Amino acid sequence: MNDNDIRTRVIAIIRTIAPEVEEGELLADRPLRDQVDLDSMDWLNVILGVHRDLGVDIPEADYGKLRTLEDWTAYLRGRLPT
Amino acid sequence: MIDFKLPSLGADMDEGKLLEWKVHPGEPVTRGQVVAIVDTAKAAVEVECWQEGTMHEQLVPVGETVPVGTVLALLLAPGEVAPAPGTREKAPAIAKKATPAAAPARAPATPAATPAARKAVSPVARRRAKELGIDPEALDGTGPQGAVTLEDVERAAGAHAPAGAPPAPAQRPDIRQAIAAAMGRSKREIPHYYLAETIPMRRALEWLAAQNAKRPVTERILPGVLQLKAVALALAKAPELNGFWQDGAFVPGGGVHIGVAISLRQGGLIAPGIHDVDRKDLATLMNELTMLVSRARAGSLRSSELSDPTITVTNLGDQGSEAVYGVIYPPQVALVGFGRLATRPWVEDGELRAIPLVTASLSADHRVSDGMRGARFLVALRERLQHPEEL
Repeated sequence: MNDNDIRTRVIAIIRTIAPEVEEGELLADRPLRDQVDLDSMDWLNVILGVHRDLGVDIPEADYGKLRTLEDWTAYLRGRLPT
Repeated sequence: MIDFKLPSLGADMDEGKLLEWKVHPGEPVTRGQVVAIVDTAKAAVEVECWQEGTMHEQLVPVGETVPVGTVLALLLAPGEVAPAPGTREKAPAIAKKATPAAAPARAPATPAATPAARKAVSPVARRRAKELGIDPEALDGTGPQGAVTLEDVERAAGAHAPAGAPPAPAQRPDIRQAIAAAMGRSKREIPHYYLAETIPMRRALEWLAAQNAKRPVTERILPGVLQLKAVALALAKAPELNGFWQDGAFVPGGGVHIGVAISLRQGGLIAPGIHDVDRKDLATLMNELTMLVSRARAGSLRSSELSDPTITVTNLGDQGSEAVYGVIYPPQVALVGFGRLATRPWVEDGELRAIPLVTASLSADHRVSDGMRGARFLVALRERLQHPEEL
């Protein structure tokens, strides 16, 4: 899976929680939660979606590393199960 | 014969439209069973029956809008034999139906399976729709899950010729009206007083982080759940904050049923309850909260979740502001608010430290309680949150 694929999958997960988001609308280098209305329950659902769809368990301690879409791709790149 | 009535669904919902009968004549009804589904301004509500019996006659047809308290159906009590046809007058139900509803007439029927409240509108589409004076909620969405996109709005604008048309409100108007009615009544009738307390959250968050590190991702607990449980336990110190103001007097709640304010994606909010919060463990509460939020946002709730809450908690979360002073949801007599968790300077054990703090506030009804009692509650809440392992 290349970075583009990862980003598409992450956006698809976000859209199951916030269906009003349009893909072209999200800026990859801006904090996601400034662009999408996600409360703490929604955020947990994104983490659960990544666990379910991509098989990656993200510990709570790493939440702070996941601010932008670029952060998400960089984080998931080395962790995806082969 | 048992009257099955449309129960109270909270102060901001005074009528409902019958969407579906789940039990048909001749079928048995058990305690807590969902008997009918009724659409309100905020959600499709599954109306439960709390008596046992057999469905005898449905008095309200699908599609009809009736006020709260209307007899929806007649049930035979266990052992009761059905009377001969026509021996029981239907007059009470008919009389009630004739009562003019307090709220303005509703929009024409929408298909039962998709209440309009579920419609999602993309923010850009909403902005553009506002500029064009179009109600985006009324459009057919072509985006994911039927969301209305910018393209849908532009297409509608082409067909619409909006010249001179008055701008339509962007939000489903009856949600706003329902909130306006309930909050207006609250501020007219309830003499609110407000208190606030800064609560150090270091111990609670460290304990929770250690717990969550041991749990699989599917069983993680949010800090808001600790706060809910702490509120429920602290209420033991101030029972006059938990209950209702009814007919000029305070009626204590029959349990600690906490209404949780949940914001809806299309705007507005709803505060359905979790029952017996003081008696459930954190894992159970987290599960129930997750389900409640997802059902509230999908527009599907149970009547007991709307009529039973004895107090409300609003939590602005990590995207919110520092403190919230809420408006009490009548006939309740108190509301507890939590602001954003934020790391700030704080003196602990005589030393200045940077630790996470939260501002908890209490809005309470001065007809029922005084500031001294309210303050005792907030102190108890603060202490509960210093001993997270006991929650």
